Amino acid sequence: MLSGNLLWVLSGTMLLGIAAGITGTFSFLQKQSLVGDAAAHAALPGIALAFLLTGQKELPILMLGAGITSALSVYCIQWIVSFSKLKADAAIGLVLTVFFGVGIVFLTVVNRSPLGNQSGLNSFIFGKAATMTKADLLWLFMSAIIIIVVSLLFYKEWKLLIFDPVYAKGIGLPIEMLKATLTVLIVMTIVTGIQAVGVILMSALLIIPTASARLWTNKLSSMLILSAAIGGIAGIAGTFISAIRTGLSTGPIIVLVAAGIFFISYFISPTGQIRQYYRKRQFRKQGDVG
Amino acid sequence: MYALAVENLSVAYDKKTVLENACVTVPQGHLAAIIGPNGAGKSTFLKAILNQLPNKVGKVEILGKAFEPKSLVVGYVPQRNAVDWGFPTNALDIVLMGRYGHMGLLKRPSKQDKLIAQQALASVGMQDFAERSIGQLSGGQQQRVFLARALAQNADIYFLDEPFAGVDAATEKTIIDILKALKVQGKSIFVVHHDLQTVKEYFDYTILLNKTILASGATEDVFTPEQLQKTYGGKLFMMQHV
Amino acid sequence: MIEFWVIVTGLLVGITCGIAGVFLILRKMAMIADAISHTVLFGIVMAYILTQTLNGFWMLVGAALAGILTAYLVQLLHSSGIQEDAAIGVVFTSLFAAGVLLITLFAGNVHLDVEHVLMGEIAFVPWNQWSLLGITMPKAVWMLLFVLIINVTFLVLFFKEMKLATFDPVYAASIGLPIVFLHYAFMTSISFTTVAAFDSVGAILVVAMLIGPAATSYLISKTIKQMFIYSMLFGALAAVIGYYLAKLWDTSIAGMMAAAVGMLFMIVLIGQKLIERKRKAHMHKLEIT
Repeated sequence: MLSGNLLWVLSGTMLLGIAAGITGTFSFLQKQSLVGDAAAHAALPGIALAFLLTGQKELPILMLGAGITSALSVYCIQWIVSFSKLKADAAIGLVLTVFFGVGIVFLTVVNRSPLGNQSGLNSFIFGKAATMTKADLLWLFMSAIIIIVVSLLFYKEWKLLIFDPVYAKGIGLPIEMLKATLTVLIVMTIVTGIQAVGVILMSALLIIPTASARLWTNKLSSMLILSAAIGGIAGIAGTFISAIRTGLSTGPIIVLVAAGIFFISYFISPTGQIRQYYRKRQFRKQGDVG
Repeated sequence: MYALAVENLSVAYDKKTVLENACVTVPQGHLAAIIGPNGAGKSTFLKAILNQLPNKVGKVEILGKAFEPKSLVVGYVPQRNAVDWGFPTNALDIVLMGRYGHMGLLKRPSKQDKLIAQQALASVGMQDFAERSIGQLSGGQQQRVFLARALAQNADIYFLDEPFAGVDAATEKTIIDILKALKVQGKSIFVVHHDLQTVKEYFDYTILLNKTILASGATEDVFTPEQLQKTYGGKLFMMQHV
Repeated sequence: MIEFWVIVTGLLVGITCGIAGVFLILRKMAMIADAISHTVLFGIVMAYILTQTLNGFWMLVGAALAGILTAYLVQLLHSSGIQEDAAIGVVFTSLFAAGVLLITLFAGNVHLDVEHVLMGEIAFVPWNQWSLLGITMPKAVWMLLFVLIINVTFLVLFFKEMKLATFDPVYAASIGLPIVFLHYAFMTSISFTTVAAFDSVGAILVVAMLIGPAATSYLISKTIKQMFIYSMLFGALAAVIGYYLAKLWDTSIAGMMAAAVGMLFMIVLIGQKLIERKRKAHMHKLEIT
């Protein structure tokens, strides 16, 4: 049953899960999880626009378009927050919906054009992991590996940047450059992933593994490893389950596997609900006695 | 009957206990300072008294009864930075909020409510700013508006969380004069306070707090170097030199 | 007549969402609305699975329950120490994924496709009519009117309570306002709004209309009443502009309305900054002379 193609897809979604688990941790710690959601939705106009302008559906071209609009959306959010009195949540929500709306506008134009009908761009909304071609997967492998390697290279600089940006600046680190690199990498993760899981659920891969890992540990290094592992496992298990039963789209299953891991962690982890329940009971008892 | 009677009050956030077995009784008619180092649990103490925290044990009585929000006996003035001053409304509207408890659900402010709010605003010297957007007020003016709201509520016992933080000298003077006037009317006032220099001048009653109540009583009895050393530990030494 | 009903629907979405959006922005809950707009899918699918019909009433109930569930779960995770943005992200992606999966498993052959939920098809609105009290109007218009009435009633009844609970929840609780009730009542009204609007214009436009006009009016309003008026105006304006632009380029009406929301925001933001700068320069001049 493990046909050659399935093996390829499995390793692809696993690498994607690992990469998203790593970059997701950094965006989580910067409290930017939902910016990732906006950036993922904002990939849609880029894909459609790239197709409209070039008339080609080669993956690298579409990915480039997605990357540009996705990065633009992150920039827009930062600009609105610093330039107006609007708070981050409103800025994110506004940018997300407007970019996605524009994406739908372009996509409708594509679908009405004679060559657009067969372009298959619609699959970027929900992803199509199971039917990815070898060429598609090759791109996925390459960018996932770049993401993982670059993250490891910048590990200690980003750590400092997140925990103490003032100090980081003080010792002469190029803060703006580091921030920009991190944004680029998160956008790259999104662009890599949308083809497999789609623009709507991509943010789940950035958020859920990290949020689960956070329940188990306070240390950044262990958080990264755990988050990458959970992302990888969700990728493999999700792809496998959807391959067993044809007709199930891969993206939602991967997300649900990750959600399952989160759910379990939420109850049994050291900071989890079961421990907290006992701690609370003990606290109440002490109070009654004292 | 005590203004405030707290028995074995403990509060825990997530993992750590912030307040442990705090016990204190304060008679009516005092202007009391709540003093302690940063992170000692002063704001937590206020919020626990006002029943705002889920994870707490112990007994709290205000004027002989368990705290009942609807009774409007308690006028609470939160920390100024606890709210969003970009909120689109004007000063008078904020003060009118002090009347909401008296109006009841579904009712709109009456002429009398508006009059009371205007008087409260005037008593803090802000009558000329009634129509001003709250975002355009200075820190001191915002704090005065907050105090005016509590005054408009016409409570019997007041809790103020750091009312002097980041305000100008004129505002500090206005606020303390109003609090002293409230005391003369027989009301009880509790103030979370930071500036040790002014404790003796402002307050006739002092509560020292660090994780628990360490001492309480008339300021001249409690506000002593030994007691402060106990509350602040080594930190006090630094403060005296600042 | 067809065009008329499409524009009426757009206007109603703009006005209804514009009203509901004001407190959403002030309570800093824009992303919770985004989450709810995704999770209503889950509620609708569950309603279909349980009742085996595509009855509008049960869909409304299912969606409202899903909305409350979303708000509740986010609150639960947040209060147990998970940062809020991550809590929102976990909850809505999980429930949305569950909704998509349930559709493929149990409702594959009914008219319940996910793209429709997300993007809607406002152009089809006039074809689905309902008669009530002898008046025949598109179903979407009925639903939106109904929700508009609910929202306005809620606000008229609890305006001052919502204002205080939003501005200063701790003080509100200290004088006995039912802040938890208000929170969930408000979340319910957001869910109703979402479900009434999404059938015609799709979840994405609902969120755009909930957040955009209110955020735009937040920039320039001095009082909440002003904010309500501007927000409704911007919502209605975005609907009309979006409709005609979409017609011009023969593309998605809902998508274009969302784009128009963004354009209005940019125009107002830049205009406001320019006026501010001019005023500052003027003041500066006065100071010098």
